[in-house]
Amino acid sequence: MKKPVIDARGVDLTFQTNDGPVHALKDVNLEINKGDFVSFIGPSGCGKTTFLRCIAALETPTGGALTVNGLTPDEARKARSYGYVFQAAGLYPWRTIAGNIRLPLEIMDFPKDEIAGRVEKVLELVDLKGFGKKFPWQLSGGMQQRASIARALAFDAEILLMDEPFGALDEIVRDKLNEELLKLWARTNKTIGFVTHSIPEAVYLSTKIVVMSPRPGRITDVIESTLPKERPLEIRDSEEFIKIAHRVREGLRAGHDA
Amino acid sequence: MNKIIPVLTMLAVIVVLWYAAAVKMNSQWAMDQAARAEVELTFGELVKDTLSQDRPKLPAPHQVVAELWETTVEKKITSKRSLVYHGWITLSATMLGFGIGTVAGIALAVGIVHNKAMDLGVMPWAIASQTIPILAIAPMIIVVLNSMGISGLIPKAIIAAYLSFFPVVVGMVKGLRAPDAMQLDLMKTYNASGGETFWKLRLPSSMPYLFASLKVAVAAALVGTIVAELPSGAVRGLGARLLSGSYYGQTIQIWSALFAAAALAAALVIIVGILEKVVLKRMGMAK
Repeated sequence: MKKPVIDARGVDLTFQTNDGPVHALKDVNLEINKGDFVSFIGPSGCGKTTFLRCIAALETPTGGALTVNGLTPDEARKARSYGYVFQAAGLYPWRTIAGNIRLPLEIMDFPKDEIAGRVEKVLELVDLKGFGKKFPWQLSGGMQQRASIARALAFDAEILLMDEPFGALDEIVRDKLNEELLKLWARTNKTIGFVTHSIPEAVYLSTKIVVMSPRPGRITDVIESTLPKERPLEIRDSEEFIKIAHRVREGLRAGHDA
Repeated sequence: MNKIIPVLTMLAVIVVLWYAAAVKMNSQWAMDQAARAEVELTFGELVKDTLSQDRPKLPAPHQVVAELWETTVEKKITSKRSLVYHGWITLSATMLGFGIGTVAGIALAVGIVHNKAMDLGVMPWAIASQTIPILAIAPMIIVVLNSMGISGLIPKAIIAAYLSFFPVVVGMVKGLRAPDAMQLDLMKTYNASGGETFWKLRLPSSMPYLFASLKVAVAAALVGTIVAELPSGAVRGLGARLLSGSYYGQTIQIWSALFAAAALAAALVIIVGILEKVVLKRMGMAK
């Protein structure tokens, strides 16, 4: 049997704050296999972002076991095994789009003659060909977020972690980017962890939907999607889609009442 | 054009008020002189006299302009009476002090941002250093350095640096801490070293803050240099012109030195401003 890419067993995380301890994650068990598209959905404070940050070794669990590619999250971070996309594009205003995508490559000491080719390749992947010489402020919010995805893809990490990457964008742009993200996922076969608070987004994108609830942050339901891998936007009107969305909503409500 | 009219209007108002003040302040001397000579002055003669005295309490604008013209354009710049010569003496010490202050300020800010002990320990001293009146500390620095055989340009530059490092420290600490948690997290996901985070993120982020500080610092350096020229009994520099002017009651000389210093400060701030525009524009950060 293949080992899961991300394996969480009884992960606990308690933050010590001035107002006393906050139980951010409680007994989180989850396996993510290679090529999965996993969405984390739940109300704010349910620990979905915190769990993603644990995978990225930006937070350290206070209990349980968490491995990424069989390594500890920190070793995986040092091995540069994931690309991380934040809610804001966070492009450097003093670098061009190509310059921004070069940033991780420069830090990771990629050979100089290889960098230009990689930048071109990922610009094409996110449909920003020809925008490399532009500065971030010359691009729309959606294009900036695409550039930040390109930046996360540039160094060919197997895992892509995305923390509400389209949360700040309007519905129309979000739809388009969702569609593109699916195509990109199909082409690159990456393992994707995706935090969102939108039910349609989670159902549309994922092969596995993790429903979480707050106080303490925990998993209330894990739904394996029965939707086909090929997903046109119209699939959101299908009975199958509505059924899964319903189950997500039920899971969210159950967590809320508890 | 619509900017020039208000500026010229303000200038005209200032000049008119200045003339009125000059007539009022200098009339006592004119009337005393007339009384001694036992002559009666008409109002016209009084005004004419108040605006052309050798050592007026308040020199009239045209007297200052004439003195400025004479001591900058007509005098050879090697002459001891040339304001260009004195201005250069002051400028060179200012630039050296500004350079030392900027480098020291940036170095301290880097230390404060990267070292917990420096963060807690240095800032209170930096603030304390600026609460000491520069007039009190300048003579001591000059005397101490003089006893070590250092005189001339260096002591003045050190006092200029003493005033100019502070705004650079404050601005650069703020600037180097400008990147938000997300941008720092991003560098962490790349497993970037502290040096890479500094060169690729913190330093570029701090540029707008640096230039804002440099404008304050360059003006402060000039003030520091002039103050340093006062107590040392210096015979060269704008500060020395101010001092010798006040020794001999040469108010016109004092005022023209003041204007030269103001013009120099304005020019320095404008140059830093242009540099700021060029650099930030090239970095794509211009507003």
